[in-house]
Amino acid sequence: MRWCSRILGVWLLLLAGSSVQAQQTGPGDGDIVARGEYLARAGDCIACHTAPEGRTFAGGRAMPTPFGTLYSSNITPDRETGIGKWTAGDFYKSMHYGRFPDGGLMYPAMPFASYTKVTRADTDAIFAYLKSIPPVNQRNREHELRFPYDNRQLILGWRTLFFSEGEFKPDPTKSAEWNRGAYLVEGLGHCGMCHSPINALGGTSQSDAFKGGLIPMQNWYAPSLTSNREAGLGDWSIKDITDLLQTGISARGVVYGPMAEVVHNSLQYLNDADTKAMAVYLKGIAEASSPPPPSTTLPNTESSLLISLGKTVYDKNCASCHGMQGEGKPPHWPPLANNQSIEMQSAVNPIRMVLNGGYPPGTKGNPMPYGMPPFAGLLSDNEVAAVVSYIRTAWGNRGTPVSARGANELRSAPLN
Amino acid sequence: MFARAAASTAVIVTLAAFDGAAAQTANQPPDTMAARVEACTPCHGNKGEGTSDVYFPRLAGKPSGYLYNQLLAFKSGRRKYPPMNYLLEFLTDPYLQQMAEYFADQHPPLPPVAANDASQEVLQRGQSLVSRGDPQRQIPACGSCHGPTLTGMEPGIPGLLGLRPNYISAQLGAWRYGTRTAKAPDCMQQVAARLTEEDVTAVAAWLASRQAPVNLAPVPKGTYVLPFACGSESD
Repeated sequence: MRWCSRILGVWLLLLAGSSVQAQQTGPGDGDIVARGEYLARAGDCIACHTAPEGRTFAGGRAMPTPFGTLYSSNITPDRETGIGKWTAGDFYKSMHYGRFPDGGLMYPAMPFASYTKVTRADTDAIFAYLKSIPPVNQRNREHELRFPYDNRQLILGWRTLFFSEGEFKPDPTKSAEWNRGAYLVEGLGHCGMCHSPINALGGTSQSDAFKGGLIPMQNWYAPSLTSNREAGLGDWSIKDITDLLQTGISARGVVYGPMAEVVHNSLQYLNDADTKAMAVYLKGIAEASSPPPPSTTLPNTESSLLISLGKTVYDKNCASCHGMQGEGKPPHWPPLANNQSIEMQSAVNPIRMVLNGGYPPGTKGNPMPYGMPPFAGLLSDNEVAAVVSYIRTAWGNRGTPVSARGANELRSAPLN
Repeated sequence: MFARAAASTAVIVTLAAFDGAAAQTANQPPDTMAARVEACTPCHGNKGEGTSDVYFPRLAGKPSGYLYNQLLAFKSGRRKYPPMNYLLEFLTDPYLQQMAEYFADQHPPLPPVAANDASQEVLQRGQSLVSRGDPQRQIPACGSCHGPTLTGMEPGIPGLLGLRPNYISAQLGAWRYGTRTAKAPDCMQQVAARLTEEDVTAVAAWLASRQAPVNLAPVPKGTYVLPFACGSESD
């Protein structure tokens, strides 16, 4: 997904490294092409490899990263500028090892650290699909990386630290459904690209997988998928999880921001069985023990003042949709009471929702979503901090107050 | 704030009307476009009439084709305004079309013409450019595309009345500098590129000083022939 890929950048330098004839798609290949299209959706290839108003999969999307701007590559079957000369083996090498046909190293914004888990049969299907789409003659744009990040040898170091090659190994102690979900979440879904803490080198360590993190450049917080105090789904019903993944809305909460992109471009297209498998797996990885409650640095008097002002702001601006008791009108107007994304230690997401509002993605299951208005122009920093402090602590919510400064800092957060 | 308060009142009234008759819907938002576009109202007003912020335009009554083109342009990032780009990025085109139709169908009254501090000279220059253009500089009269009464034409040409001078000059400036663009042939960019900064100020001041005609509706498609090709009016 491109939001995450912006962290590191992708570099598909398309050298014609092989003289092997490109595979032709012939009669009888319809099944594998259709399966490949489905799997390409699961991998959300389109989010990065298609530019706004650009041709599908022709690349050229700018991806700002802490290291400079990268431009995604053309993965249409054009022989000159795309992957038209690649073989299925070359494609597997790119997905599994993060290497170009000539052996060159890809930047890890191409999520090969996740895609390495994908089976050869599945990468072959995706390749067959990509070979079947219309070729687009569009040359890849040079990346604009700052020194020293323009030196691709640095990737070797990154790989040593953060990349372990290897296809998904099913856990025989778990059900087939759990294993299917794990395969999708850890592999093509590359959920860990956002939902894991990112360190200064732009990598995530295995032991921190799915433990949440702030998405660099975006300033959205991708919550932990293992902690029930964040986006851990341990106490969610399977139906609520599948609703959220497939339609973008659920009785427990609604997706906005970067996750709206994932649902819009990818998850809404997955079939019921795969969605349920992901839900079973995600529910399963939630940890039983909760981390300690978050602590606050705000003095008590400031907190009480904020919360008191916050109730006034809430009753006037928010209660008409979210209810006097934060009960909302789910699934369209999400509940705020007992809503993990409001309570979690990082207040980035609730502050941003108040400032910027947002629409859940338009999906087959929810084609006409209801929107949250942006309040950046209507509320002062103090009022934003107050109302966020209020919803984080009212109705039994166990979050902590936030400061006006915390609200102010997010006014300049990038919006797209 | 007034807009939000009015919106909540409307919600309460709507729910009261449903009370008892359809208990199942009592816990759901109203199944209306008005409720779905509440995200638009703090900046554009409850019925798209505009708000006190001079840079946020009135949407009500503009041709739906024009509004739809703008929504598509914000969605793709062709027209750049991050708060709008962010809101629309993951909505489907058919839904954006419905939003456009919703605001095109709203007809709140135009606000009273605000006091205008432009000099008589500036206003005259504005009037001259709007009604006659400047043939020597190949500037057409605004009315030759936006209609003799400046209320626009279906499906893609907007009316020019009911907008404030700051918004008009900001948009003309954006066309001039190429930060606002539209489908080729990009007629507005061609016209705006021929305007000077003084022209823009004068046109904005004069347009904003106009009283609204009785009938604000854009005229039907094909009512008059455009003086040149325009990508926004292609279908």
